Amino acid sequence: MSAVLAVGPLASVTVPPLEIPALVLPALVDTLIMVGIVMAIVVLVGVPLGALVHNLAPGGLIEHRALHTALSWTISVGRSLPFLILMASIVPFTRFITGTNIGIAAAVVPMSIAGIAFFTRIVENSLRSVPVELVRVARASGASPLQIVTSVQLGEAVPSIIGGLTINTIAMIEYSAIAGTIGAGGIGYVAVTYGYQRFDHGVMLATIVILVALVAVVQLTGDRLVRATTPRARRDRANTPRSIPA
Amino acid sequence: MIQIEKLTKRYGDAERGVLVLDSLSLGVASREIAAVVGPSGAGKSTLAQCTTLLERPTSGSIIVNGDELTGLRESELRLARRRIGTVFQADGLLSRRTVAQNVALPLEYLGVTRAGIRSRVGDLLDRVGLLDKAQRYPHELSGGQRQRVGIARALALRPSVLLSDEATSGLDPESTASVVALLKELRDELDLSILFITHEMDTVLAVADTVARLDHGRIVEAGPLVDLLRDPDSALGATLRPYRSALPAAPNETAWRVQYSEDAVPPNWIAELSTELGTPVSLLGASIETVHGRAVGHATIGLAVADAGLALAALRRLGLEGGPIEPAAAGSVDEAGPGIPATAVDRAPALEAAS
Ligand SMILES: Nc1ncnc2c1ncn2[C@@H]1O[C@H](COP(=O)(O)OP(=O)(O)O)[C@@H](O)[C@H]1O
Ligand SMILES: [Mg+2]
Repeated sequence: MSAVLAVGPLASVTVPPLEIPALVLPALVDTLIMVGIVMAIVVLVGVPLGALVHNLAPGGLIEHRALHTALSWTISVGRSLPFLILMASIVPFTRFITGTNIGIAAAVVPMSIAGIAFFTRIVENSLRSVPVELVRVARASGASPLQIVTSVQLGEAVPSIIGGLTINTIAMIEYSAIAGTIGAGGIGYVAVTYGYQRFDHGVMLATIVILVALVAVVQLTGDRLVRATTPRARRDRANTPRSIPA
Repeated sequence: MIQIEKLTKRYGDAERGVLVLDSLSLGVASREIAAVVGPSGAGKSTLAQCTTLLERPTSGSIIVNGDELTGLRESELRLARRRIGTVFQADGLLSRRTVAQNVALPLEYLGVTRAGIRSRVGDLLDRVGLLDKAQRYPHELSGGQRQRVGIARALALRPSVLLSDEATSGLDPESTASVVALLKELRDELDLSILFITHEMDTVLAVADTVARLDHGRIVEAGPLVDLLRDPDSALGATLRPYRSALPAAPNETAWRVQYSEDAVPPNWIAELSTELGTPVSLLGASIETVHGRAVGHATIGLAVADAGLALAALRRLGLEGGPIEPAAAGSVDEAGPGIPATAVDRAPALEAAS
């Protein structure tokens, strides 16, 4: 109450409870579009990139020290920058690609870059847990490197990669909220402009509930998929599936 | 058939690297099972990897049915490897694929049509006796069954050589026996040359036609299994069938160790020996069996004879080789120590001790 009093003139802007859905739901759709586009790009680029990094490493299928070091460093740089800084620092690049530095299109670029760096590491880590004997057997069976990557490395790592994808998607929902603060739209934008800047508790609460529900749905779906893709877990539902730890 | 000639493998550079295989030569004829035994670290797995050219040999050649495989480029190697089926200790089955899908892998890599794959996989699973498990996942099978799936997969491309690196190691005796029986059956039906690498001596007795002992990257002893078992001077023969604890000889007797050295040893040789020498023969310990239908084995007997030469001649006439155990060596009759059941004796250390 005191907060509302303190802002005084802005208090009248508080959104009436019945109008909250009309404000929040389109924002949710924006978030879903943003995260959906980003995750599609992240998977399309991150899976091959992760497989490449894994196999350029010593002991990999196409071992190459220099290339591996260069690629690994690039990814580490992408991983180490806080998202807000990354987003701000690549504005010229974003503008070059999308022609704008505001809105969903502009948010997709930094989010994809951060997401790809994150997911490449997740894929690399998942592939590392595939026993090397399996690769040896495939080589002895006459498989080409590409066949080994697809049938053995990625094939065996599917549940683990899906587990990582779940974590990555949730991280992207969080990034979309951060991107929202620079006007990208979506739930994050609503939460910041209404909930934070205008102290509209109703809107703030609604965005929190929606974000929590969204993350829960993603996690649940991810867990289901992990179980469905693990033959051992599929038959033996009492045991929790092996997924990569958060 | 497969011929390995002067195979040398060195890890690292010429000065500081390790020489794992040292100019090793070995041949396996068609329809032959050649066992390679040796202590851990002897280079057995390196030999297996070099044979399939998963590891490039430093020098030497691998010749399968007259074709030289070394010196091929990587893309050609992929084709060449298909002539050699490999079974590893770790079954190497993909956990997310069914038994049938696992066996289909080499065919998929080759680009065989779907219909072709289906019929070939059916044949293979039938051959290894797992047709009813086709739609199961690896984790639903026993170790022996998984290994049989591995064998079916290794045979998918109709290789002429089957390479097995510790394929039965870690299996229980029953599963080992079933895998061994399967390998022998396949050898006969498909005219395979099988290179069987193991450190388990019991399995060698059950499967091998010839045996070679690898130590420090060299073959230190090799020959047909039965010959080695019958040769009293063969270290490998002794490791394959070690002496177990025997009873001590009576005070008036000397303990003799005798070994079957010919096919024609009469089953009642103890009675015949007793008659010939005119003295009782005490049986203190014995281990006799047939390998490939031929009698092999050894016995420890107690003899009260003054003339050892006479006894030796009588033994020879019966197809046995041997001699009295010197009192100093008597203690070593019992390598395992009294009271320890034979099955509890790990033979791998014995192998190392023999080298
Ligand atoms: N990739 C490698 N690099 C260096 N040394 C190796 C490598 N693989 C095996 N070795 C060495 O070669 C020797 C023989 O190993 P291995 O062939 O696995 O023996 P085994 O199968 O008979 O136990 C060991 O001393 C091992 O340390
Ligand atoms: Mg080994």
